[in-house]
Amino acid sequence: MEKTLFKFIWRYSKRDQIILLILTAISFPFLYLSLDLPKTIINKAIGGKDVPEEIFGMTVDQIDYLLILSGAFLALVFVNGGFKFYVNVFRGQLGERMLRRLRYSLLARVLRFPIPQFKKVSQGEVIQMVNSEVEPLGGFIGDSIALPAFQGGTLLTILIFMFIQDWMLGLAAIALYPIQGYIIPKLQWHVNQLGKKRVRNVRVLAEKIGEAVSGIEEVHANDGARRILARFTERLGVIYDIRYEIFRRKFFIKFLNNFIAQLTPFFFYSIGGYLVIQGDLTFGALVAILAAYKDLSAPWKELLTYYQRLADSRIKYDQVIEQFDPQGIWPENYQMAEIEADFNLAGNVSAGNLSILDEESQPIVEKLSFDISKSEHIALTGPSSGGKDLVTILMARLLAPDSGQIVVAGKQLADLPEAATGRYMGYIGPNAFVFNATLKENILLGAMHRPISTEGELNEDLKNAQLSGNSLDDLGAEWLDYNAIGVDSDEDLQKRLIELLQVVDLDWDVYSMGLRSTLDGFDDDQLLEQILTARNKFREGLDKSDIANFVESFDKEVFNSNASVAENLLFGTPKGKSFNLENIGTNTYVSEILERVGLKEEFIRIGKDVASTMVELFADLPSDHEYFSQYSFISSEDLPEFQTLLARSERLGLENMAAEDSNQFLSLPFKIIPARHRLDLITEDIQKRILEARKLFAEEIGDELRDEIEFFEAGYYNRSSSIQDNILFGKIALDKANAIEEVNHLVTEIINQENLRPVIINAGLDSQAGLAGSRLSQSQRQKLSIARALLRRPDHLILNEATSCLDSGSQTLVMSNLLSEMKGRNITWALQRASLAENFDRVLVLSGGQVVEDGPFKDLVKKEDSVINDLLREE
Amino acid sequence: MSLNKEVEVLRDVPLFSKIDHTKLKLLAFTSENLIYQDGQFLFQEGETGDAAYIILKGKIAVLIETEKGPVEVAQLKRGDVVGEISILCDVPRTASVKAVGSVQTLKVTKDTFIQLLTEFPEIAIEIMRELASRLNKTNMQLREALTD
Repeated sequence: MEKTLFKFIWRYSKRDQIILLILTAISFPFLYLSLDLPKTIINKAIGGKDVPEEIFGMTVDQIDYLLILSGAFLALVFVNGGFKFYVNVFRGQLGERMLRRLRYSLLARVLRFPIPQFKKVSQGEVIQMVNSEVEPLGGFIGDSIALPAFQGGTLLTILIFMFIQDWMLGLAAIALYPIQGYIIPKLQWHVNQLGKKRVRNVRVLAEKIGEAVSGIEEVHANDGARRILARFTERLGVIYDIRYEIFRRKFFIKFLNNFIAQLTPFFFYSIGGYLVIQGDLTFGALVAILAAYKDLSAPWKELLTYYQRLADSRIKYDQVIEQFDPQGIWPENYQMAEIEADFNLAGNVSAGNLSILDEESQPIVEKLSFDISKSEHIALTGPSSGGKDLVTILMARLLAPDSGQIVVAGKQLADLPEAATGRYMGYIGPNAFVFNATLKENILLGAMHRPISTEGELNEDLKNAQLSGNSLDDLGAEWLDYNAIGVDSDEDLQKRLIELLQVVDLDWDVYSMGLRSTLDGFDDDQLLEQILTARNKFREGLDKSDIANFVESFDKEVFNSNASVAENLLFGTPKGKSFNLENIGTNTYVSEILERVGLKEEFIRIGKDVASTMVELFADLPSDHEYFSQYSFISSEDLPEFQTLLARSERLGLENMAAEDSNQFLSLPFKIIPARHRLDLITEDIQKRILEARKLFAEEIGDELRDEIEFFEAGYYNRSSSIQDNILFGKIALDKANAIEEVNHLVTEIINQENLRPVIINAGLDSQAGLAGSRLSQSQRQKLSIARALLRRPDHLILNEATSCLDSGSQTLVMSNLLSEMKGRNITWALQRASLAENFDRVLVLSGGQVVEDGPFKDLVKKEDSVINDLLREE
Repeated sequence: MSLNKEVEVLRDVPLFSKIDHTKLKLLAFTSENLIYQDGQFLFQEGETGDAAYIILKGKIAVLIETEKGPVEVAQLKRGDVVGEISILCDVPRTASVKAVGSVQTLKVTKDTFIQLLTEFPEIAIEIMRELASRLNKTNMQLREALTD
């Protein structure tokens, strides 16, 4: 990275800056003219002196002359304005491009930091630097050369003009410049120092914020919020104080500047006025000079502001750059270099004399050597800080040893680019990270290293990327390395993904997620047909079994007592907000329909009964009791209001209550699920009328509301319901014991019969993993990461306690699956539990950073006092 | 069965007899009404128990495992409670319970029960009275059996 801001600017935007300068230079004559013209207009056209009689061969009189000159003046304004516009846009683009380039280089560097560096610099600080700190640099870079050129040139032009009018006045104008030139830089130095301090402190704040968010569980569990807030207050206070100081000094400089600038007119009035009185200077000239001097203050101010921005930007640049050049930064070719087509790392691993030093240069690992052959299955075990994890990290080249070397398949590991280590090895650590994308995308990341096909021609976006020195890899091209995965079609890819899920014991989880997903946006009609067939088969199977009444199917003509009143009325799944449970009570269309079937009064009455039951049941509970959220139709905050409404209805009678009061009761009946709540309020008569309302609702629904609901229709797939609900096409009878288990059992049977299992697993793969994989449990995240590494069939699979969160049954299964999957290839696995080492060809026991035992499991346990026996006893 | 009818049955259960009508209604509302089919087990001997079942309608058979196979030791009907010990202490089920014909029960989970007791401690006093009376009865039966 260029060491100073101006070196950076010059190296990458030289050409554009020169163009900008030229444009600026061209605009000057026009500027000069626009300064000169007023004088001519006033003295000649209006004053009447030296009016030319002919212009371009046409005869003119004084008025014509005046008009022509005024027109010329207007034209010049237009031209100057045009220049300004074009130059501004050009300048802005230039600045943005450079900012983009700067940000990209910083990010590319972050990706080359040695991993231990991330112990010293936090996520918050990096984000702060790349996002906020360099932001103003963009604007400045655009201005960096053109602005001083323009403003300086303007200044000079005006001064020259003034000098031409009268050299004494010219002198008067610049008389005080030297004083300003001396004082202001001195004051500015202080501001610079404060600026540096401010940047340092804002970074600390960013880091503290990141820390508070990451450790939020700890904060809550230890009631630490007040202390953290106090700490934030301290930080914000420091920043506030520095800022205040900066403002004071900065604006003092401006004030001083302005003050000195106003002294000069004093000279003009005195000296200039004297000259006019003496007749040495025309009145018009003095007026023009005064106007010009007023014009002078603008560029002078701009130059001062520029000077302050220059100082600030330099500091920002330096302070950012110094953070992005840490010791041990990976060389650029690690990141970018490609490898030959027939490259692989299938071969023996041989490590010699490895040593790693800690922060105080004390050895953690010293003279570590080991040999692993190409197709061996190796277990690494030992005490926690014995070094077994370091072996895996060193093998995967996530850390460079301080001395010693590793040779893999005859190649020096230290010389290989990440294209080699990241493709032909598969490393999974204990803190497997899952990205905020679908499960499928997360797995496929294991084989997306570079675009496979390149179009050749650069489109608009890539051209801009090139001008900013950004990556030319087209995100929209095909990145998936089908070759590495070992498939050549999408169907085979789907099959392979399901296989991988089975290997890592994730297939059942993804299957469940698939059942709960909606297939919204899916266009595959054949697939939807299959699910509808499953629906029919399910119903058939249900009728034949002895659990037939465990599911109440959806029937347009029948009231479903295991569904809510809302669902019964809508007979569909609400899509937007209009018909969801919160809003259905106040929806005008629904109200209308209820009135038409004569249910509105009934609903209000039922709502009142519900309210009084809720009050009866829950009024005595404390307001934060969990029953409110779990069981009550009315929240604890709303309960007092309903008590008032109930009292009012007792006094006045329901019919006599104000509409806005009685309508409050209207929303309550919708939540009733008769079979679950057993309130006995939805009588057969009311059920009949709800069915009428249902019919009317569907018939008369307008076009705009039509999109807010997806109706249940026999023979059609409901895109707003989950796959499971589509197969069920009804409600599970909640009052039948074990109903859920038994029904799910039957559903699974039908799905297997109809061969829908792969389809559903695929739907599950398309569900989102959430921020940092938050929708998955930690063990699911670990399994997903193993599948990701396995996808590209690496020559070496390296696991570092990668199954630490799996329960022991799952762990055993996954281990045995991985060992068979990697038959003939190397697996090296740092184990948490030494007893699992039995499953491997060879065991390396690491203690104190050394290999203390090496050999097959059964040989090592023969010795009574071996380290491995100690470990086994501890378990 | 409607909530109110359930409360009527609950009132006939000695364990809950002195509890206020509204609290019983709350108990019923926050519990599950479950129907078991003929032959279905409510729970098996040895399982960890986390709920008591109040028979609302129908009959159940209580069975104990012996070397000769399961032996029916009691038949319970409407108003009887099974499994109440396990919502008070952590013991495995002492017997298996099977539905005889279709049975409607109210399943009161341990959590629901403890919630109710925590909110309305007067119920605990009633329960203690009931348990003390049972213990007394059991002691008397034991004395009788020993002196036989």
